[in-house]
Amino acid sequence: MTEIAAARLKKRHAAEGRFRLYGRMAIIVALSFLVLLLGRIGIQGYSTFTTNTVSLPVYLDPARIDPADLEGSNFDYVVALSLLKRMGETEDEFGSASDDAMALVSRDLGFQILDKVKADATLIGKTVTITGPVKADADLYYKGELKRSTDEADRKLNDRQLDWLDRLKKSGAVTSGFNVAFFTNADSTEPEQAGILGAVIGSAMMLLVTALIAVPMGVMAAVWLEEFAPKNRWTDLIEVNINNLAAVPSIVYGLLGLAVFINWFGAPRGAAVTGGMVLALMALPTVIIATRSALKAVPPSIREAAWGVGASRTQTVFHHVLPQAMPGVMTGAILSLAHALGETAPLLMIGMIAFNPGLPEGFTSSASVLPVQVFIWENASERAFHERTAAAIVVLLVFMIAMNAAAVILRRRFERRW
Amino acid sequence: MVAPMTVQSPLIRTAAPHSHHPVSLEPSKIVVRDVSVFYGAKQALDSVSIDIPGKAVTAFIGPSGCGKSTFLRCINRMNDTIPGCRVEGAVEIDGEDVNDKAIDPVVLRAKVGMVFQKPNPFPKSIFENVAYGPRIHGISSSKSELEGIVEASLKKAGLWAEVSDRLGAPGTSLSGGQQQRLVIARAIAVNPEIILMDEPCSALDPIATARIEELIDDLRQQFCIVIVTHSMAQAARVSQRTAFFHMGRLIESGSTEEIFTNPRESRTQDYITGRIG
Repeated sequence: MTEIAAARLKKRHAAEGRFRLYGRMAIIVALSFLVLLLGRIGIQGYSTFTTNTVSLPVYLDPARIDPADLEGSNFDYVVALSLLKRMGETEDEFGSASDDAMALVSRDLGFQILDKVKADATLIGKTVTITGPVKADADLYYKGELKRSTDEADRKLNDRQLDWLDRLKKSGAVTSGFNVAFFTNADSTEPEQAGILGAVIGSAMMLLVTALIAVPMGVMAAVWLEEFAPKNRWTDLIEVNINNLAAVPSIVYGLLGLAVFINWFGAPRGAAVTGGMVLALMALPTVIIATRSALKAVPPSIREAAWGVGASRTQTVFHHVLPQAMPGVMTGAILSLAHALGETAPLLMIGMIAFNPGLPEGFTSSASVLPVQVFIWENASERAFHERTAAAIVVLLVFMIAMNAAAVILRRRFERRW
Repeated sequence: MVAPMTVQSPLIRTAAPHSHHPVSLEPSKIVVRDVSVFYGAKQALDSVSIDIPGKAVTAFIGPSGCGKSTFLRCINRMNDTIPGCRVEGAVEIDGEDVNDKAIDPVVLRAKVGMVFQKPNPFPKSIFENVAYGPRIHGISSSKSELEGIVEASLKKAGLWAEVSDRLGAPGTSLSGGQQQRLVIARAIAVNPEIILMDEPCSALDPIATARIEELIDDLRQQFCIVIVTHSMAQAARVSQRTAFFHMGRLIESGSTEEIFTNPRESRTQDYITGRIG
């Protein structure tokens, strides 16, 4: 080997080594960002999955509860007075002691007493033990996110309230446990009462609508374009436009939904069916493109084989080509649905940002969805809502991972049919 | 000018002897008059006219790109499926023009079966591969009848003994030669009158090729077979009639013996002696 050739060979090896190094570096950077992102969300959201509950004996003072007007009675005040009594304090003339006490336990306790008294009026005058969540700020204190070292003026709880919380914890009245309410409640104005279930159900309903519209329409459109349409200027135009539609910003679909579905067709504002239709429009080009590429990947010899024994074009497509393309079609459909699940902007346009304290009543009634719920909580001024944001993102990510896993499993399942 | 010569190549002398026995040919099954084929602006075939007899094997030979496969695909209108392809002239089967508007290509292709270059079984079971044709054409009325058709077709294709115990296995799990026989069984199952074969052995090893050639020889008792082949030896072994194509034209056709021993055209002579190709 000549010297020049040897030098060139060395250079080539060096270039290859450099290229591999760049590749590894890129992967390491990408992975570390992913770990950072998931780690941060996980750590932030984790604390939401536990919560502190308080067990409190409450004296149902007949002087403060009017059996004739239970709804008008101030049960929160009754709970606050019992808490004060337990702390060995008395109400002052300005009512600031009871205000401080009320700021520590959730209004849920008051509602529980109302329900109990409604069911059994003889309880009035007796003492009942009520268990319920502490207020979100108190919860943050127990979790160490609200610190005593912060200047009293800059935190939401004063020194006296923190002393009470410490004493409650020490006496065993407050226990920490799994936050069931987060998974069984809908949104609420009280952070400790706010849950994700309404948004999960809303998302599921909306996704069902999207799937029912986008998948059959997208697959049929792709089959026609790929297997039946003549190749001419018109079909070229359609093809180019479908590819362009896939790149249209999602908020534009929201505007379209607002203008066409709501203002023109009179579709219900902020409902799962309207959101589903808008997202179906958005998912349609992706489904079409994925299906077309899956159909293209089916070898032409299969089509010729079917035509050769006298199958019609339709029989060829539905007996042979589409079943062969099914893994690709399913993967494309599920991934575009997963993308739709995480979409926020178009849903804001069609009014899905409304505050929904209850579970969605149906497809045409106002509903919340997961990504918008994240958006709403992140926008809230109370810090306890931000903690819930991270937890909601975790739930959303679990949904996404489940859908992606389903895509992989379906792909394997269908491919196993040789 | 090259003097006419007798081909003495041992390759061609290995031909099965029955191929060279004088055959009493049936009247023409397929009559082709002035067929030209265009792919867009490009002309692939230029006014081909030929008579193809029934119950015999007719081989199309010629160099790559000479239009022999294109011509084969005119007979069952497979060219319809190619965008931009236009066929002129008349292809008549039993006196009926296949390009007539009244002819349904679906019915035509049941009558004119086709075997392709690469074995292309459906990605389904062996049974389903053969049963598919009868099923879509409604040939069988019961499950047992369908099973009978599948068995008979596989027997005719010489595959039954090898697969009778695993009809549920995927057709793609067979070897190349078996797959090609499966595809032939699939074509036979719909009772065709004509079987078109487009280089059926080009993807097979010599032993599998020999089996297919034997099969073709058996099948000519029942079917009109048209085979496109690259191998002149194969044409000499299996066919009774041979047609030579060159540059989109039919140069000459006649009995296989005549074409290989005493061609009229010098180009045929050049091709079979290996001077063009």
